[in-house]
Order: sequence, then structure tokens, then C-alpha cells
Amino acid sequence: MNESTKYHALDASKCIGCTHCMKSCPTEAIRVVNGLAVIDHERCVYCGQCHRACPTHAFYVEQDDLDLIRSFKYRVILFPAIMIGQFPERYTEDQIYNGLKKVGFTHVYEVEQPQQVLIDSINEVINDQETPKPAISIYCPAIVRLIQGRYPSLTENMILRKAPHNLAAHFAIERLMKEGAQREEIGLFYATPCIAKIAAVKSPVGESESVVDGIVNMNQLYNEVMKVISDVEVEDNSEQRKNLSSEGIVWSLTRGESCHFGSRSIAIDGIHNAVRFLERLENDQVHGIDFIEMRACDQSCAGGILLTGNRFMTVERLERRAKRYPAAKDISQETIRANRIELKEKLILEPIQPKPHFIFGKDRMKAVEKIDRAQRIVCFLPGIDCGACGSPNCHALAEDMVNNKAKMSDCIFLQQMWVDEGKIKAKKAFLNVQKKWGTDRFKADCNKRGRRNEGF
Amino acid sequence: MKLTFTIQGGDFTHAGHPSSEVKKILKQLAIDGKTIKNIVIALYEAEVNVVAHAWKGTVNVEIDENKITIWVIDEGPGIPDVELAMQPGFSTASSKVREMGFGAGMGLPNIKKNTDKLQIETEVGKGTKVKMVNYFS
Repeated sequence: MNESTKYHALDASKCIGCTHCMKSCPTEAIRVVNGLAVIDHERCVYCGQCHRACPTHAFYVEQDDLDLIRSFKYRVILFPAIMIGQFPERYTEDQIYNGLKKVGFTHVYEVEQPQQVLIDSINEVINDQETPKPAISIYCPAIVRLIQGRYPSLTENMILRKAPHNLAAHFAIERLMKEGAQREEIGLFYATPCIAKIAAVKSPVGESESVVDGIVNMNQLYNEVMKVISDVEVEDNSEQRKNLSSEGIVWSLTRGESCHFGSRSIAIDGIHNAVRFLERLENDQVHGIDFIEMRACDQSCAGGILLTGNRFMTVERLERRAKRYPAAKDISQETIRANRIELKEKLILEPIQPKPHFIFGKDRMKAVEKIDRAQRIVCFLPGIDCGACGSPNCHALAEDMVNNKAKMSDCIFLQQMWVDEGKIKAKKAFLNVQKKWGTDRFKADCNKRGRRNEGF
Repeated sequence: MKLTFTIQGGDFTHAGHPSSEVKKILKQLAIDGKTIKNIVIALYEAEVNVVAHAWKGTVNVEIDENKITIWVIDEGPGIPDVELAMQPGFSTASSKVREMGFGAGMGLPNIKKNTDKLQIETEVGKGTKVKMVNYFS
């Protein structure tokens, strides 16, 4: 995997090697090595749990330089309606739009605008007898990656229709070109609430190339806008959101999608909830459900890790805002109707391939041996899942051992027992732990990172 | 490779643990999704049978390069007429079990449909022993 496909990374100067991230990861993609967290990018689904869990904010998200926008004549900021919900109540939608323009964008575009087209298209998939049920939404890219990696047999249940940001990008380009812009003069930038969307936009699954020219983190954009936002009344920008519907505004919230589809639908938020449910689904223990909406963050996108506002306040503001907007079916969208056939094709995603990431090598014979060995190793481990070995739990440590990524002596309990049995010297045991966690770890130091003032 | 699990009769909350564990291992072995699904469905149905009807049971799993063999052994009422029990829709489940969404009479037929080899030994008043074999493609 090349560098450009890593959308988040760890600042080694901030990481205190504390195991919080490792334990929160839904795909066991993190290990602590030499006192620092290390992400296995093959397993990572970009759900952002590690960012949330980190007490020192050591994870950071790659993003494009905001100055990049200057190289385009037409600078479009595409953002999900969630963005509006970040700002304090006293700022109107127009003041926020105006602020985005002051930051340097020429066109401001909320992505959930052509919603009826998307609703119709998804309904077509669900009503098709051939579609495996329950059909699963691909809206949350972290869920798509989770299914590809951990539940490969469920990839065929995913609805191959693009997410709103792709559609919006298409419409934004079309509109500007109608106004006389050349394609290369248009710079499309997407304000993202999470890392998963960055990955989805930059290296999309089921699409040949990325639709946008750059990514802006929503929290950074929020800070930029807050520097320049006006406190007085500004010009009316409502023309730019004339296609925004009540359904579009709440689309990214929990039940925003599921309320439209199937006679029986389920909405799940939070990645660990999703994991538990997918497990059931894969065991064929879920019957009669037509549609499943699944999002990695609690409160769906309102809980995105790159947001500033409180997720519950965001939900409340968006729900209130939605009441002021018309229903999607009542919005006349001339361009959409005119291009219906062309649009229909644009909406379709390529089939999503499974990418199982838990395989123990290609040779089945050897794999059986390895798993068998791991099962036997587990018998010797204490089973308290403390993480002091640098693996998230005893089972993961056993698997790491058979994959030559860890050794028996990494378990501090086994080591203690060996010292007691006189199998190794105490000094040697101590050196082992120091090697894992660093020499500074054991010094008394009240200003040690992750200690003072960082408890509950 | 051998695995052993225990099942508690009447405990629907925890039914499904053995099938999830077996599934995890089969995924690690890169067994194709369709085969995994068959195995997991059959095992889950067998587990639910023990939970719904028997007092307690054990699941023994043996995996080698080409196949998986699963024995689900219970101490329970046994099956008086296996042939009848194999018919879709036939059920002796109590109304309490049915209210929980189980006991539709599809257990054994479903197991049969999803396994390559199925063997049932049963003794009324003592228990039932179900052996299932699935071959990897």
C-alpha cells in the first residue's frame, strides 16, 4: 500500500502508548510497538474510533492545503448539511454561506440537494427481486470497508448507488459549465466530517476516479469561517440552496435514509453496534428486513470526528431546519428531469469486491496449523485482555505470535511466571518490558504525559 | 484442529456463540463465503434446537484441510420420530419458544439443506447426537 492511501496517521511526539486506541479499534488494526501505536492500514476502515479514544489527540488527519483552492477560477465548496449544524444558533444560513465565500470559495453547495433522484434510484434497487435482502446502504464509507474486510459475504447486499457527494459534484460542474466555465477552471472541494469520507472521496470504492479536487477538514473550515463570519445581515444566498429539501437536510442523521426505504427497515449507528449486527446478519439470523442503514458514528454524521459542535445539538438544529424546507418531491428540478437517463447511469457504482483481511495465508494446510497453534497458545495466556503485550487482547496476541509478529515473552503474566519458576532472570524480564514500552515509562515523573490532569 | 463449546438449554440470549466462533476461523482459512454461510446456518439451527428442547449440550468441531465436522450432542428428550422431525414445518416447540421467534419447524430441514452429510442418533428420554459434515470446495 502506498503513502497516499493513508488518510490518518500518528504524531509520535504526542502518542503515549496507552492502549486506548488499540482497544477501541473494531478491526484490531492497532498494536503498540516500542511504546507507540502503529496502524495496520490494510485492516483500517477509517472509522475514527482511535481518534475519539486518544487522550492526547495524537492521531491526525491528512488534508489538502486550503491555499490549493486559489489555483482555480471557480472554487466550489461542497459540504454536507451537517456543517450548518455546527455553528451557534445566532448565525443564519446566509451568514454561514457568506463566511464560506469570505474564506475564498466562489460557490457554496450543500451536497444533499438532488435527493429525490437518489431516493427513486435506491428504491429501484430495493424493489428489484434480484437484490439480496436486506439491502445495505453504502452511505457510510467506513461501513463499506468494514463489510469488505470483515463480512465479505455481505458485499453483495450493498446498494450500488452513489453517495450524495458524488451526485452533488456532478450537478455543481454541470451548473457552472452552463454558466460558461471550463471544466479545468472548476475546483471542487469537499468539506468532510470524518476520515472515512476522505478515503471515499480520494480512493473511492466502486468508482474509477475521485470526483473532487481537494478535501477540507470540517473542523478546520469551521475555524476559518468563524474568523471572518459576519454578525450583521448579509446578502441572500438562498438561490444556492434552492434544491435543498427537508429529506436532504436530515439524510446524514440516524434514520435519515431508512425512513424512505422498504416496508421494514433498520437504522444502526455506532461501529461496534454495526459489528454486532453484521455478525447476526451474516449468520442468517435476521429475517424479513428490506433495508439497513448503517453508520460508523454514534448519531451518524453528526458524530463525525472532524466536527466541532456537540452531536446532539447538531441533530436538533438540523431537525428544526428541515421543517422549514420543502419535501424533496415538491422541488422542481428541471436539469435533473432533462437529464434523467444520463443521470441514471451516473448514479450507478461498480460492484464492490470483498477484501477479506483476516486470512492466515493462502496455503490452507498451513493456515489450519497456525490457527490450531494460536488456539493452543490462548490456553497459556491469562485471558484478562490487559493489552500490556501491545496487542488488543489475549486472542489477538496468540494470532500475532503465530504470524511471527509477537512472542510468548510479550505477555507480562507469562514472563512473571517464568521468573517465579526460575526460567528467566528478573533483569531480563524487566528489559523485555522496557523494550516494549520504553525506558522512561518506569521513572517516577509527575509531569509524565498522560498522567497529570488527564484522569476523569 | 478441534474446538469445544457448551450450550445451556433455555438460554436463547447466548445461542449463536459457537457459530460465530466457527465462522471467524473459517474466514481466517479463506473458505468461500457460500460454504461458510451453509455451515453457520446449520450450526446455528442445531444450537437453537438444543437451547429450545434440551437441557444442555456440547458442540465439538473438527476442522482439517478439506472439511469441517461438527457434532452437536445434547442431554434432552430425544426425537421420537426423526423422519417426522425432518419434515418442514413440523415442530414440537412450546408456545413460549415460538413467541421468541423460534420453533418454526425448520430446524432439521434447514440443517439438512445446508450440510453435505447429516447423521442423527437419538434416544428418547436421553438425548440426541447430530453429526454434520461440510466439505470445502
